[in-house]
Formats: sequence, C-alpha cells, structure tokens
Amino acid sequence: MIRKQKADDKKQWFLYSANLRTKTLVIIAISIIFIVSIFVSGYFIRDIPSSFVNANQMPSLEHLFGTDWMGRDMFQRTVAGLGLSIMVGFIASAVSTCISIILGLFSSFNKFADEFVAGIIDLFGSIPHILLIILVSIMFGGGVYGVIMGVGLTHWTPLARVLRSEVKEIRTKEYIHLAENLGRSKIWIATKHILPLIISQIIVGVILMFPHAIMHEAAITFLGFGLPPHEPAIGVILSESMNYLSSGYWWLAFYPGMSLLIVVLLFDLIGENVEKLLNPETAQE
Amino acid sequence: MNKQKLAKYFGFKFLRFIILIIAVAIFSFVLLDLSPIDPVNAYLNGAAVSQAQRQILEQYFGTSVPLQTKIYHWLLDLIQGDLGTSLIFRAPVRDVIIQKFMASVVLMAISWILSGILGFVLGVLAGKNKGSWIDKAVKVYCYAIQSAPSFWVGMLVLMVFSVYLGWFPIGFGVPIGVKSTDATFMEWAARLVLPTLTLSLVGLAPIAMYTRNELIQVLSSDYVLFAKSRGEKGWDLVKNHGIRNILLPAITLQFLSFSELFGGAVMVEQVFSYPGIGQTAVAAGLQNDVPLFLGIVVISAIFVFVGNLLADISYYLIDPRIKESEFND
Repeated sequence: MIRKQKADDKKQWFLYSANLRTKTLVIIAISIIFIVSIFVSGYFIRDIPSSFVNANQMPSLEHLFGTDWMGRDMFQRTVAGLGLSIMVGFIASAVSTCISIILGLFSSFNKFADEFVAGIIDLFGSIPHILLIILVSIMFGGGVYGVIMGVGLTHWTPLARVLRSEVKEIRTKEYIHLAENLGRSKIWIATKHILPLIISQIIVGVILMFPHAIMHEAAITFLGFGLPPHEPAIGVILSESMNYLSSGYWWLAFYPGMSLLIVVLLFDLIGENVEKLLNPETAQE
Repeated sequence: MNKQKLAKYFGFKFLRFIILIIAVAIFSFVLLDLSPIDPVNAYLNGAAVSQAQRQILEQYFGTSVPLQTKIYHWLLDLIQGDLGTSLIFRAPVRDVIIQKFMASVVLMAISWILSGILGFVLGVLAGKNKGSWIDKAVKVYCYAIQSAPSFWVGMLVLMVFSVYLGWFPIGFGVPIGVKSTDATFMEWAARLVLPTLTLSLVGLAPIAMYTRNELIQVLSSDYVLFAKSRGEKGWDLVKNHGIRNILLPAITLQFLSFSELFGGAVMVEQVFSYPGIGQTAVAAGLQNDVPLFLGIVVISAIFVFVGNLLADISYYLIDPRIKESEFND
C-alpha cells in the first residue's frame, strides 16, 4: 500500500502518461502560443485612452498593472511594448542569422576566408556590446530603423563562432575532399554538403538569439536611442517611470520589467526544449 | 629558454593588440563617418550663423576631405594620444575620458571582485548541496537575473533602498551644489554603494552557474568516488578535490567578463546618474559628440582586451599544465 503511494508521487501531475518528447512539444507549443498572443494583441492595441481622472492609480482588478501619469492603462501599454519588442527581436534575429550563415559558410572556402571570419568575429567581440549597438544605430541615423539594424547587425557573433567551428570540423570529412576532387565548386559544397549538417545549430542559435535581442532592444531604447517617447516600447516605459520612482509609483517600473523578464524566460524555455529535441543524444530519452 | 618563449608570446599578443585597436579605430570611424551626423550642425547645436561663418566651420571640421585622408589623420593623432576635442564638454577628449574612467573603474573594480567572490561561494554552496533548497534558490535566482535587464534590476534596487528604506541618496556622484573634488570620501562612498550592489547582483549569476555545474561534474568523477571510499567527506572533500579544480576556470571566466561588466556599467550608471564613462558614452551618443564617442569606443576595446589578456596570464600563472602545452607550439 505504502509502496504504491510512493510510486504515485513520482509521477508528475502534468501529462503524466505522456513521454518526455510529448511533454517537451507541449511546453514548446504553450510558450509559442503565449508569445504569439502577446505579439498579436500588441499589434492591435493602437490608441490607449488617457483619462487624467484615473492618473497614477495603484494596480487593481480594473487596471492590472495600474495607470501612469496620463491615466493610461499600464497593462495595455506593456503588452503593446512587448509586441514591439518581439517584432524588433524577430527582424533582428533574421538579419543576424543571415549574417552568421553567410560568414559560417564563407569560412569553409579556404584558410584565408576562415581567418578573415575569425578576425571579424574578434573585432565585433572586442567592443562592449552595448557600445557597438549604439555605434551601429547612430550610423543608421537612429530611430526605429537604427535600433533594428543596431540590434540585428551585432548579435550574430556567438552563432557565427559556433558555425565556424562546426564547419571547420565538417571540412575535414572525406566526402568533402571527394567532392573537391570531383571538381565541385566551393559554393556547391557549402550549400549541399555543409549547410544541411549545421541546420540544427542554426535553429537553436536563432531561438537563443531572441532573448538577447529583446533585452538589448529594451536597453537601447531605455538609454534614449531610437524609438520616440510616445511609442509604448518597454525601454521607453521604463525610462519614463524613472521620473516617478521617487514619488513611490513602483508599479510603473515593476510590472513592465517583470513581463519583459517572463517573455525572455519563455524564449529561453523554447530554446532549451528545441535543443533537447534536435540534439540526437537527448532526443530519444 | 623559457624567458625567450615568454617574450615571444607577449610580443605576439602585443602585435595582436595593435592590429585589433587599429581595426577597431578604423571600423568605428568609418561607421560614424557614414552616419548622417553633420559635425558642423552638431557643433552649432541649433545656433544661427551666417553662411560665411558656416563655411569657415565646414573648413575647420573638414567636411569635404576624402575618407582615406580623414582615417589617416585620425590614426596619426590616435598614436600621439590626441583624441580631439569633445563637443559637449569643450575639453580634450583624453582628459574627459581619464576623469570619467577613474570614477567608473572604482565602481567596476569593486563590483567585479564582489560578484566574483559571491558568485563563487554561492556556486560552491549550490553544487555541494545539489538538489537542496539552496541549490534551487541559487538556480532560480541565476536564471531570473540573467533574463532580467540590468537597468531594471538597478531600478528595483533604487526603489527598495532609496525610496522605501531611504538609506541612500537617489543619484548623482556627489551631492547637489558640491564640486566633485570637494566631496568627502563618505559622500562618494554612499553614492557608490547602490550601483556597486546592482552590478554585483547581476554579475554573480554566470559565475555562480558555472561554478555549480563544474563542481557537480567534479563531484561525480571517479577520483572523488575514490576519495570518498578513503573516508574523505564533507567540506574537506570539496576543498581538496573540488575547489582546486574549478577555481582556475572560474577566475578565467571572471576575467573574460570585462565586456559585460562595461555594458552593465553603462546601464547602471544611467539609472543611478553616476558620472562615469558609461553615462558619458550615452551622452556623447545622444548629442552627436563624435570625437568623445570614438574615444570611448577605443578605450573600451582596450579595456576588454586587457581583460582577455589577464585571463590568459592567470591561466599561465596558476596552471602548470598550460605552461607545457601553450608555449611548446
């Protein structure tokens, strides 16, 4: 009797009859649905009504995250800001991924190309990331465009480094030499023989790039580069709430930051679980 | 023989350093040159001038000089240590950077040491008691803090300690109305506490996670099993077999974090209005002060490089195995 009780305790309450693969898929699906719903609702929130009667209210059932100095609902502003952050994250990751794939494949051409790629990675890694983003966003003239390019053009280094070392290993394989001896071009080898092998690294790298891009977007807008003050970006909301810290309006800063943290954690969760699925060592558990 | 190898090693490092700094200098210069910032407008800052005066200024800033010549002059001046004149401080960039960097170095150094020690201790505690509540608490904390923007952590710290408890002033390097040179040590120190605390809280997460994972790996190894069978247990076991093995990579990791430390300082200084290099960089970027921003980029690149170099040296000094392999190539 007691023994049976113990066995029951070990079973998890959540989907306990499913295997690990299904559970992982469910976790991924739930996280994705959550993020997509934030993104979609953020897109539809356009005009947030302001009412000065309700200014600076504490969080309540009516206003989950409280209201700001113009009486705007902070929950709506936060969701809109997160939607914007996710969009910037999407574009930035797409740009970064393209760069790292191109550089990774380019490094397979010959030794000089490899050294060249290593040099660029070193160059980008030698400037503190936040300064680099500011530098690139200034170059593109600031604004939303500047922020997207600044975040997008600087996040490829970790993925490119991974891809380069993978490519280095693949290049020593026999079938690559064989293809070379058969007279195939470097580009043919790179796209047909190397790219398919690094696809899983790319997918995981992209998903793990997301949270960084979102956090850096928030940081850069917090510092005042890029998005104009009326846009409800998370960084803008937080830098605005800096003015009200001393008045004790803690909800203005606490909840938006907390929601950003949750979104970032969700992306991390998706990334880790996808990696689990794609990695052949853990996929069959 | 060994000395010769050492000299060769550092000569190689120095050469790399020179190439890297030149590359950073050219790269950042070209980026800012491509930007739509007009030096004349940035200098005038909206003041109305006649066409003739404008032309004089354009000639002074060399707006029509080709890019190669500009890069050449910039590098030449850089080698002589002349970084130009800051537009917002109206002072030589070098002096501004030295003054601001000193304030930041104090902040970064204290929080670097604090986060290293705290992170290592927490990591060891968590790794030794794997699966206990300490381990879980450390893990949750590290995950959360690594996903939280550092400036938001700073704001929370500010809210708790300055606004609610009222223990510390809300910002600025020195009290209002006091010159920074006149401020007493205590006034400086009181304003240093919260930024340092924030930077340490953020910085200890990676080192704690790393130490924890490494310690767990070491403790599950064969030689630890053997040591256990010999009768070693508890703290002695961890000290003799765990810490000796993980201290070196942990120190190296901490040296490699100079880049994140600098980035964290930029955000934290902004939140606490601490007059350091980070706040100056943001001001320079926002107000199009190109010479100052370029100077800060170059200085920060040197800073990061020094961190990486120290990581290499610490490897060499502490681990005898590296001496064998690294210098035999």
